[in-house]
Amino acid sequence: MSGEEIIAALPYGEPFIFVDTIDMVTKEEIHGSYTFKPEAFFYKGHFKDLPVTPGVILTECMAQIGLVSLGIYKMQDKDLSQLQVAFTNAQTEFLKPVLPGERVVVKAVQKYFRFNKLKCTVKLYNEGGDICAQGELAGIFSTKDEE
Amino acid sequence: MNTKHYDELKNIIKIYLPEDVSVDDIKPTSHLTQELNINSANLVDIVLDVEDHFDITIEDDEIEKMETVKSAIEIIEAKVL
Repeated sequence: MSGEEIIAALPYGEPFIFVDTIDMVTKEEIHGSYTFKPEAFFYKGHFKDLPVTPGVILTECMAQIGLVSLGIYKMQDKDLSQLQVAFTNAQTEFLKPVLPGERVVVKAVQKYFRFNKLKCTVKLYNEGGDICAQGELAGIFSTKDEE
Repeated sequence: MNTKHYDELKNIIKIYLPEDVSVDDIKPTSHLTQELNINSANLVDIVLDVEDHFDITIEDDEIEKMETVKSAIEIIEAKVL
């Protein structure tokens, strides 16, 4: 399954998709990237006079690449049109700000995938290679035909 | 039912209880999701902790049978030698 096919199977759309590329994926690990659009809606209010990417949006970007994209790859043999994802756990720390227009790289490694729950350690890097955010994210994946 | 296993399971479950459920609410007959309000994501973590603690492996179809504390103990005790 290619990066393009994973992105096509993602259940997100504008203005809430934060994945541009999936550059590497195995059963245990995934790398992807996203460039934050300077005109994105959240910069108008976060903050009023100082646009900085909100932590919740960084977390969402980490989850879309590091959790959901990896989960789709792992569940590629299932009927992905029936895929449902529930984001269940996030423990994240934010180390450096990400500004409008910055490109970030997200790298995730699986901790476990058991009973349809995927847990990953995820890191988000800026172009300089600095870690801007890192944490552990988990979600439950199901396809309706399983039930 | 072995009280040692029961107490050990209780110690694992209590980590995942929602704030409005107390450890004293845990009874052998307690339904894990319906009475103790443990969600399915936390139930997976309980099972993974149970596997580590008792050094056993729980299969996919067995997690569905772990409805109450008692039924969880029965599955654990069938595997612990």
